[in-house]
Amino acid sequence: MTASTLTAPPERQVPPTATRSRFSVGRTARYALLLFFLVLVLIPVYVLLVTSFKGAGDAAPSRAWNLPQVWTLENWQLAWETLSPAIVRTLQMVVPAALISSFLGSINGFVLSRWRFRGADLVFTLILFGMFIPYQAVMIPLSQLVIDLGIPSGIPSLILLHVIYGLPITTLIFRNYYESVPNELIEAARIDGAGMLRTYGSVVLPLSIPSFVVVLIWQFTSAWNDFLFAVFFSSSQNGPVTLALNNLANGALLQNYGVSMSGALLASLPTLLVYILLGKYFIGGLMSGSVKG
Amino acid sequence: MRTYKRWLPPLLLISPTLVLLSVFVYGLLAVNVQTSMTDNHTSAQAAGVEPSVFVGLQNYLDLLGSDSFQHSLKNLLLYTVVFLVGTMAFGFLWAWLLDRPMRFEGIFRSVYLFPMAVSFVASGVVWRWLLNSNQGEQASGLNRLFQIVGLDFLQNNWWNNNSVGITAIAIPAIWQLSGYVMALFLAGFRGIPEELREAARVDGATEWKLYRHVLFPQLGPVALSAVVIIGHMSLKAFDLIMAISKPANYQTKVPAIDMYQLKASFDYASSAAVGSILLVIVAVLIIPYLVHLAREGRR
Amino acid sequence: MRRVSKAALTAALAATALTFSLAACSDDEGDKPDAAGSEVEVFTWWASGSEKLGLDALVKVFNTQHPDVKFVNGAVAGGAGSAAKELLQTRLQQKNPPDTFQAHAGAELTDYIKAGQLQDVSNLYDEFKLRDAFPADLVNRLTVDGKIYSIPSNIHRANVVWANPSVLTGAGLDATATYATIADWMTAMDKIKASGKTPLSVATTWTQVHLLETVLLAELGVDGYSGLWDGTTAWDGADVTGALTTFQKLMSYTNTDRDGLDWPEATQLVMDGQAAFNVMGDWAVAAFEEADKTAGTDFTYFPVPGTDGVFDFLADSFTLPVGAPHPDGAKAWLETVGSLDGQTAFNKAKGSIPARTDAKASDFSEYQQTAITSFGQDKIVSSLAHGAATPIAWLNKISEATSKFTTGATDLAGFQAELATAAQG
Repeated sequence: MTASTLTAPPERQVPPTATRSRFSVGRTARYALLLFFLVLVLIPVYVLLVTSFKGAGDAAPSRAWNLPQVWTLENWQLAWETLSPAIVRTLQMVVPAALISSFLGSINGFVLSRWRFRGADLVFTLILFGMFIPYQAVMIPLSQLVIDLGIPSGIPSLILLHVIYGLPITTLIFRNYYESVPNELIEAARIDGAGMLRTYGSVVLPLSIPSFVVVLIWQFTSAWNDFLFAVFFSSSQNGPVTLALNNLANGALLQNYGVSMSGALLASLPTLLVYILLGKYFIGGLMSGSVKG
Repeated sequence: MRTYKRWLPPLLLISPTLVLLSVFVYGLLAVNVQTSMTDNHTSAQAAGVEPSVFVGLQNYLDLLGSDSFQHSLKNLLLYTVVFLVGTMAFGFLWAWLLDRPMRFEGIFRSVYLFPMAVSFVASGVVWRWLLNSNQGEQASGLNRLFQIVGLDFLQNNWWNNNSVGITAIAIPAIWQLSGYVMALFLAGFRGIPEELREAARVDGATEWKLYRHVLFPQLGPVALSAVVIIGHMSLKAFDLIMAISKPANYQTKVPAIDMYQLKASFDYASSAAVGSILLVIVAVLIIPYLVHLAREGRR
Repeated sequence: MRRVSKAALTAALAATALTFSLAACSDDEGDKPDAAGSEVEVFTWWASGSEKLGLDALVKVFNTQHPDVKFVNGAVAGGAGSAAKELLQTRLQQKNPPDTFQAHAGAELTDYIKAGQLQDVSNLYDEFKLRDAFPADLVNRLTVDGKIYSIPSNIHRANVVWANPSVLTGAGLDATATYATIADWMTAMDKIKASGKTPLSVATTWTQVHLLETVLLAELGVDGYSGLWDGTTAWDGADVTGALTTFQKLMSYTNTDRDGLDWPEATQLVMDGQAAFNVMGDWAVAAFEEADKTAGTDFTYFPVPGTDGVFDFLADSFTLPVGAPHPDGAKAWLETVGSLDGQTAFNKAKGSIPARTDAKASDFSEYQQTAITSFGQDKIVSSLAHGAATPIAWLNKISEATSKFTTGATDLAGFQAELATAAQG
């Protein structure tokens, strides 16, 4: 892979003859299979969508597969009223958390891939292991620690935790990526007399865009969807949208399934948009060395 | 002075991470292990009003000897296997189907990938309906769908089964992460140099042979990272079980749920012991991979 | 291609900048505590439905009685308070308690008391003249070693059957019939089963424990049932075996999707005419009312067969944690909770009954009036499923054994053995 890795996967050109000769059966079967799986994946979405437009009595499990008797936007309105403040807070949490942990991960990855000090591998391994700890195992001392540090509950605490526990994976992805950057580029900069920081800033950082896309998307999604930290370090007044959604979906006396489902869709929209708009770049970024074993 | 210059800047650059992780990961794990070796089983001890004494590995022995915890471990194993096999199979199949350029490729890719963007809290809302265990006249969810499309025999009680019910909880997990595995494999396929394919085509290899002998063998590393990432997610299975089943339901119990339940009973020592056992399981699976990575890096 | 990536990057940066400026604008709108004047953070799991209405009503009274104290809502929803309890436990552990929190009165409090996390509020009982306002039976259950640790806000009854009359008539039964024993009741259930409806709806584990407790109460009687908690009734005795056999049989009349439901969904099955009976605490009446159902015509209720004349009680109460940051605010809150106005307003909205004996019955709904009467004259026992009878650890062991049994992982003998082990602590 060249250093100037593209951010989108290259659309390979297959010789036209090859495509044409293999037309009919294979091609049709391929589309049929893909369509079949498409439908399979969309089944839950269908239920979510139709239920979100149903009136109170209509939105019952037994009628899950039926279209709404009367289409209504009421659920969406109600869900929006309940969830919108939390959605804004979640954005305030997720964006800095993703940016900071990506940036730190990129520095770590760069250092660990280029400066082979003694024990670098051990340090890398120790960092990586942090990715795999079961968080419940550390929750009691962790919440104590956050209090002792005097970090206010709610978004500030959550930013800190998402940054810290995001470091292992961001470091991993960046290190793997930088491993694939040709040495000559770095060496050239070094010969020019650039220090490590300048090399990083002028050569490495601009090359890192594909990995930044992957890492930012990954961090954005995992912080957005987190529930465990949210429960412990924030409340429904100052917490992210997963908490608010949980309250909406499980707190009610009369289960209002329509509202729950429109709330679930609403809470997922930002991450969905990220994937739909940037999915291409995500795969492209994964390609550019991040998935090396 | 020279050596100083060599190691100081990199160390300074990564030191924030090192400090943070040594406190927030290793420091906390040490506290956890320490708690797990005491008799801290009551609220008074948890609050420090009454003393806790060191009991060594007693809590571990008690846990590993109990039916209930063995059931959790068995569930975890089943869940992990089904989750892994499912995501790898779908992910690979989809990547393979989408590898060759075609129309609407982007649409398929986005649709397969999107469930990954949805939180377990959100998807749990709908999967709870879909995996409803009622059958026959009272059926709803997927069982009802089976009736509609004439596949009545597929109806089953999903996760309401003590021996294999946990595998039904893996279904939403597979739904959610197959797309990610697909993306990994797709990236893997596309990362294979075009020259390799060309060479094989020139040699007259059929499309199948091309894949079988040229492309699949190149995917080993990708498959390995996929297995590790999916595997560690399954060990932490918690949100999904909380969202679809309930923590007190025996049939879908896994160690992470036990940890939660024990803590709620003020049995901090046993809860911490479960956490440590999970950690050991993770370590057994992960450390060989990390060592492999480190070796790879050195080469 | 490079062009595309640059455009995407620019867009991403722009979006980031936008969010940051949004963040900057709205940063200070959070509910920062007001430095001047006192406040009270009230921790509950009353975040929605009639519980929230009740809390709102109580806050209204609080604001008139204590206009100088700011009410801070610390409600955490989800899972019948499980999320809230988990968070509360962590906060108490960290010595970062709310000013006051909701807890079920009774054994559930013992964990907090033993951990030294609660203050004795006996002096407040004197100060607010509460000792005679509550029934002696209730105050006894709140007292540990001569100290009282909480002030009850409301009383619920657990041993109530909710029924759908049209399902009953559809099965050829008399909708107004009541049943002397669970055996009689099950005879009726056979007919309902034959008519194709679910005879008895139940939900996930804790509701099954709730059902179990009423069966134990019906079969062992008041003394036998209460003896289970103080050790005078043996868990491995033949009468418990009999009760568990009845429970097993009752479970065979229930809906198969029970473990996936929570109580509102089980109650809804009765409302929607898919099930005939549901055993649930009297908070269910609020659900029926919210769905515009009328007592007598759309639904009926009666004590669980075999428990007539017994009031299986649980109470919500408020506490004063050690180290509460605003003890004065908390005391003000507790005063409102214990006051007649507070209890009347709260319970009218929540659907429960006041703990005070001097509340005017005519202020309340038809169901509440019957409950007030029963509470005044029935024998009172403590609810198991809601923490009034046992500490949390014991209850959790009973729950696990119950779930194991109802999913078929143990047989009846194994179930009874596990219950007996749980009782030994």
